[in-house]
Amino acid sequence: MADRIYRAAPADALRVEPLGELTAIFDRRSMQTHLVVSPMPEILDAMGADACNAASLAARLAAAFDLDATEDAQPILAERLRELAAMGLVERA
Amino acid sequence: MRHSTRIAVGPVQFRIGSDWAEPIAALEHLYAGYPQDDTRPSDATVRLFAARPWRRWLRPSVHIGGDFVVPDALPLPLSMGLLAAEMGMNLQVALGWRRHMLLHASAVAKDGRALIMSGESGSGKSTLAALLGEKEGGGDWRLMGDEFTLIDPAGGNAFAFPRAVSLKNEAIAEVAARVDPSRLGPLLAATPKGDIRHLIPRADAIAAMHEPARPALLLFPRFGGEASVEPMGEGEAFVRLTEASTNYVALGEAGFAALTRLVRETPAFAISYPDSAAGIALVEQLWAEAAK
Repeated sequence: MADRIYRAAPADALRVEPLGELTAIFDRRSMQTHLVVSPMPEILDAMGADACNAASLAARLAAAFDLDATEDAQPILAERLRELAAMGLVERA
Repeated sequence: MRHSTRIAVGPVQFRIGSDWAEPIAALEHLYAGYPQDDTRPSDATVRLFAARPWRRWLRPSVHIGGDFVVPDALPLPLSMGLLAAEMGMNLQVALGWRRHMLLHASAVAKDGRALIMSGESGSGKSTLAALLGEKEGGGDWRLMGDEFTLIDPAGGNAFAFPRAVSLKNEAIAEVAARVDPSRLGPLLAATPKGDIRHLIPRADAIAAMHEPARPALLLFPRFGGEASVEPMGEGEAFVRLTEASTNYVALGEAGFAALTRLVRETPAFAISYPDSAAGIALVEQLWAEAAK
């Protein structure tokens, strides 16, 4: 499957509150509350304002968290990006 | 409406109208000690009306109405008018109130700090709150409410909604043994919710109903099984309280902010207890630790 490019919601659209093992995210546009676990908050953080795909996201996360073997992470990140898109927290660029 | 009355419970001013005198008389007895301010506009209206005009004389049954109506609200027999009024009041507050975040939870306060107990029907949250509110010697708990607790979205304080306590089934005898009979309403036997009898809160709890209390402890009680205490993380408490709030979604970001603050600032525990005495002991023990 093609490595699709996504863009995170604008920073002022989301209110992100870590609550222990869960992170609550309030989307001001939809008025919906989303409850997510790691690595969703980290993915949103790493995306910032730039458009990125699973490959570039894997590289950023690897740099931020001092990981290697980014190839294995790509299909997982692509799946997580699709889930975030379904929640409306990221959108296809 | 042929008969009507006005009742103020905490910040909510109700106007209750009925086609019959009996439920209104019963309500006026239960709420005789509550402050009256006839100049205050009503926030919520409850109407108990006959299904058809002639049914008031033929087979009387009470339908619940008001600003909001549930399509499948049970028509209750006239003897259940008091229960219908209570359900109508709950419904209007649960669906219509916006000034506070509403939690389906009981609460008691001590020294300006609140203990909030959230749970399903049958968890014992109402009974525990009622028993704490009646505790003599070493008590000093103020009953804030057996059904709803209001959280101020701006400041985070808890506000009371001390309606007449709805005692159910076994709790009736347990509480009746400790209070003056004049504080109990009529026994409503075999309602759709079982046997019900209302308890008028203590006069000091009614007099202090506008005083805020700072949330200090969140408990999620479960009646039955061995006594146990499980600390609950902020995330789980948040999820449970969104489910326990009737207006979380309607409040939007203000509700989100109020709830995240509440679960961050307030220690939370799930507790199980085999009987009321064990439940009270657990609550007091956790309170002593939380209030340090």
